[in-house]
Amino acid sequence: MTTTLLAQEAVGSPALNLAIFASFVAVTLALVLKASKTNKSAADMYTGGAAFSGRQNGVAISGDYLSAASFLGIAGAIALTGYDGFLYSIGFLVAWLIALLLVAELLRNTGRFTMADVLAFRMRERPVRTAAATSTLVVSFFYLLAQMAGAGGLVALLLNINGRGGQSVVIALVGILMIAYVLIGGMKGTTYVQIIKAVLLISGAALMSVWVLGRYGFNFSELLGAGAAAGAALEPGAKYGVSGISRLDFVSLSLALVLGTAGLPHILMRFYTVPTAKEARKSVVWAIWLIGLFYLFTLTLGYGAAALVGPDRIAAAPGGANSAAPLLAFELGGTLLLGIISAVAFATILAVVAGLTITASASFAHDIYAQVIHKGNAPEGQEVKVARIAAVVVGAVAILGGIAANGQNIAFLVALAFAVAASANLPTILYSLFWKRFNTRGCLWSIYGGLIVTITLIVFSPAVSGLPTSMLKSVDFSYFPLANPGLVSIPLSFLLGYIGTITSKEYNAAKYAEMEVRSLTGAGAVRTALKH
Amino acid sequence: MSSSTQPEGGRATYTPQEAKYLAAQEAPDFQDLRRRYRGWVIPVAIGSLVWYFLYVALAAYASDWMATPVIGNVNIGLIAGLLQFVTTFGITALYIRFANRVLDPVSSRIRDEFEAGTL
Repeated sequence: MTTTLLAQEAVGSPALNLAIFASFVAVTLALVLKASKTNKSAADMYTGGAAFSGRQNGVAISGDYLSAASFLGIAGAIALTGYDGFLYSIGFLVAWLIALLLVAELLRNTGRFTMADVLAFRMRERPVRTAAATSTLVVSFFYLLAQMAGAGGLVALLLNINGRGGQSVVIALVGILMIAYVLIGGMKGTTYVQIIKAVLLISGAALMSVWVLGRYGFNFSELLGAGAAAGAALEPGAKYGVSGISRLDFVSLSLALVLGTAGLPHILMRFYTVPTAKEARKSVVWAIWLIGLFYLFTLTLGYGAAALVGPDRIAAAPGGANSAAPLLAFELGGTLLLGIISAVAFATILAVVAGLTITASASFAHDIYAQVIHKGNAPEGQEVKVARIAAVVVGAVAILGGIAANGQNIAFLVALAFAVAASANLPTILYSLFWKRFNTRGCLWSIYGGLIVTITLIVFSPAVSGLPTSMLKSVDFSYFPLANPGLVSIPLSFLLGYIGTITSKEYNAAKYAEMEVRSLTGAGAVRTALKH
Repeated sequence: MSSSTQPEGGRATYTPQEAKYLAAQEAPDFQDLRRRYRGWVIPVAIGSLVWYFLYVALAAYASDWMATPVIGNVNIGLIAGLLQFVTTFGITALYIRFANRVLDPVSSRIRDEFEAGTL
C-alpha cells in the first residue's frame, strides 16, 4: 500500500475492525447480563452495591478516565506538535494527587451515591442539591459530547464511513449500546466494561510502545531523534509558545486540568463503588500507577507515530491527529494490530460514555427526583425507575448532541468539561470538606458563579468565534482573549464561595461535627458491603 | 460552652446523636488525628501544585532553556516532565505509608470507640 492510498482511504480492513469490536461487545454484554441479576436497588444501580475491591475500582477508574481524547488525542498531539502534547498528560496525571490527598477518602466516608451527598451534608439540602446536580449534568453533558463527537471521527478512519449520515448512524449505535449497558448492568455492569477496556487499552499501548522502542534498539534517545527529524518538536512551545496570549492560554488550561479531575462527577462517583475509605484510597493508588504508566506509553507512541508514520500522513488521514495511534498500529502490526487497536479505541469511547450516563442519571434521580422533589421520601423502586428513564434521556441527548458536534474539536470540548468541573465543583468540594465556616450561600455562589462565569467566558472566547479554527468562523464576538477560561473562572469561583460564606450567618455546628468525624474516621458512614 | 457549639435555630439542646458527634469531635484523639491528617496532606498538596506550576511556567516561558540537551536527544524539558511523573508516584507511595502507619490505626480506633459508645 502506498502513502497516497493510505491518505485517501481507510486503512486496514473495516470488516476485521468491526469483527474485533463486535466480539468485545459480545463479551462485555454477556458480563453485563450476568451483572443484571443483582441490579435491583438504587444502591446496585448507582454503586454496584459498593462491593468492588480497591484494585478493581482502581482499574475501572483508569478505564473511566483514559478517554479516547487521552489515547488518540494525546498520541496525535505529540505526533503533530511534539512536546506540547506531552504537557496535557502531565496535567491529567498530577491532578490525581488532589483526588488522593484531599478528596477520595473523605468523600467516600461522607457520601453514598453522588457528589451532592457531600456538598449538601451540612447545608440547606434542596438548593445545594439542585446546584450540585445542575453542575453535574453540565459537566457530564460536555464530556459526553466530546466522546460522542470523537466516535464520529474514529468511524471515518476505521470503518471507512466518510458520509455524515453514515457516521451519524454509528454515533447512534454507540449511544444505544451505552444505554443498554447502563440499563441492564447498572454500575456493576458498567464497571466490568471499564475494567476490561482498561486492561485492553493499557496492554495494547504497552505492546505498541515496546514494539516501537524495539525498532530503535530500545534506545529512547534514538526514537526521540527520529521523531524530531520527522517534525515532532522535542521542546515545549510549538503550539503554545507562539505568542504571549497562547502562553497564558496554556497556563490557564493547565490550571483547569490539574484542578478539574477531582471535580469530575463521574470520577467522584466511582469512589462510592468500594466498601470503605481505605479501599477508596487503594483505588486512587492503582489509578495513579496505571494512568501514569499509560501516559508514559503515549509519549513513546506519539514520537513513534511521528517517526514511523510521519506528521504529514497523519494530518492528511481522515481522523486527522486522532489517527496517529491507529496508523502507527497499522505500520507496526498490519491489519490485525490495527483492528485490535481500533476495537480498543471504540471500547474506550463506549466505557467512558456509559460511566458518564450513569452519573448523570443518578444525579437526576437521586438528587433532583428523590431528594429535591420528594424530600427523601420517594419510594425506592420509583427512584430506580426514574434513574432508568433518565439514562435513556441522557443517552438520547448525547446521541443528538454527538451528531451535531461531529467534527468539532474534541480536545476543546474535554477542556471545557474540565474547566467547568474545576470552577463549579472543586472549590465547593474543598471548602465543604476543609472549611468549618462554609455554608449554603457560599456553596451556591461558588457553584452557580463558577458555572456562569466559565460558560460566559467560553462563549466570548476565540474558541467559539473569530478565528478560522473557531466553532463559528464567520462572526467575531471573541471579547475574551483566552480559549481556556480557568485562569479567571477558578480563582473567581473560590472568591465567590468565600464572599458568599462570610456574608451569611448560617452555621450548623452539629452537622459539621458529624461530617468531620465521619469523613476522617468513617464512624457512622455507610459501609454497605460489610453487611453481606 | 462556646457560642459555636450552641444549637442553631433557637433549639435548646442537641439530640443524643448530635451530642455524640460533637463529643467525638472534641475528643483529644480525634483532634490529634485531624491535626496529623491536615498537617500532612495540605502542605504536600500545595507543594505538589507549586512544583507542577513551576514546571508549567518553565514550559511556557523558558522553552529555550528546556530545549537544552542533556543525554543524546533527551533534553531538560523531557527530564523535567518525567520528574513530574516521579514525584507523583513518589508522593503517592509516601502518602500510603503515612496513612497506613499513622492515620489508619487512630481512625479505626476512634470509629470502634464511637460505635461502641465508649469515646
